[in-house]
Amino acid sequence: MTMLTEAAVNLEFNPMAFVDNLKYMGIGMLVIFVIIGVIILTTKIVSALPTKE
Amino acid sequence: MENFEILYKNLLDFSWQQGVMIAIGCLLVYLAIVKEMEPSLLLPMGFGAILVNIPFSDALVGPIQTLYNAGIANELFPLLLFIGIGAMIDFGPLLTNPKLMLFGAAAQFGIFFTLCMASMFFPDFRDFFSIAIIGAADGPTSIAVANKLGSQYVGAITVAAYSYMALVPVIQPPVIKLLTTKKERMIRMPYEQKSVSKRTRILFPIIITIVVSAIIPQATALIGFLMFGNLIRECGVLNSLSDTAQNVLANLITIFLGISVAFNMTAEKFLQVDTLVIMGLGLVAFIVDTAGGVLFAKLLNLFLKKKINPMIGAAGISAFPMSGRIVHKMALKEDPQNFLLMHSIGVNVSGQIASVIAGGIILNIAANLMGG
Repeated sequence: MTMLTEAAVNLEFNPMAFVDNLKYMGIGMLVIFVIIGVIILTTKIVSALPTKE
Repeated sequence: MENFEILYKNLLDFSWQQGVMIAIGCLLVYLAIVKEMEPSLLLPMGFGAILVNIPFSDALVGPIQTLYNAGIANELFPLLLFIGIGAMIDFGPLLTNPKLMLFGAAAQFGIFFTLCMASMFFPDFRDFFSIAIIGAADGPTSIAVANKLGSQYVGAITVAAYSYMALVPVIQPPVIKLLTTKKERMIRMPYEQKSVSKRTRILFPIIITIVVSAIIPQATALIGFLMFGNLIRECGVLNSLSDTAQNVLANLITIFLGISVAFNMTAEKFLQVDTLVIMGLGLVAFIVDTAGGVLFAKLLNLFLKKKINPMIGAAGISAFPMSGRIVHKMALKEDPQNFLLMHSIGVNVSGQIASVIAGGIILNIAANLMGG
């Protein structure tokens, strides 16, 4: 029981942290869409190049 | 009487916490064998959990610790496993329609939402960043990122990631149904068969590696090993190596990975309230991932003439190929003539790429917070 009690103390509840970290959500989703966009564009260019096959 | 002491002395050293952990280990073995949930990982993890929770176990401070230090503490096992996974993936359905990759990106929303959620409970950013990566729905990425960040919750994160991957068939359908109408689920998407040149197949893994690594250097190892495996598959001159990577290498690493993850499943590390919170946050991550993909498809439909079946957005999570198959089955259930498999598998493999990119982004942000 002691173990559980000690662990519970390690946890905290800070609702404001959600708002504070929203910037990472924005940055993360933006970067992921930019990278995927670059990959899509490059793949389309490579696919469009004439091939002997 | 003293001579009999050896028979019961060790039994008296059992704590109830160790008993609970052994029960959890047995549950994982049961789920692996009877329910066939990710058996290749859950069985070694479950048996490993039993081994490390025997009092004075020589398996813990011995072979399991050695394996852990050799392959998990330095992220080697997840990376080697990525070679095998890369060799297994056919990017063909994705290359016929590269735009599908957008859904892979959208379905990573759960990672960043969970990051914010986890930050409310865990003050250390290394912990809440690591917990968020459960939403990658990708075991090796979760292990690699959590280890690299030095989170104390690697064991719980790994168990959550693999458990929820196994539970994708249970988690995703209700979320998809809740967010779509029957009419939307019945939207047909005819598949246009296009041939993909060998050159494109070979250049694709190289392009991905260069683009992703150039923007996020922290993702170079993750994306590089995945794409290296795929290049072995597609180059056409290394069929024997490709076969070895897909089977022997992937199987061997899976065994070692599964059992060495158990190093973090001792009662004192695992049996904490924190673990329960992490399991809850993992579930949130998978639900929001699914919702992110579906809602993004619905958003696109507002602007598209040729409508997309929004269910394929849900396949953007990395749980490959379960998620793609679930979407296909759900479409068939609504309309027996609606075959979404090629689209959903295309989205599903894009989720594999996007989840690794997301892992790299998390590592990148963390590196900046740590000052380099």
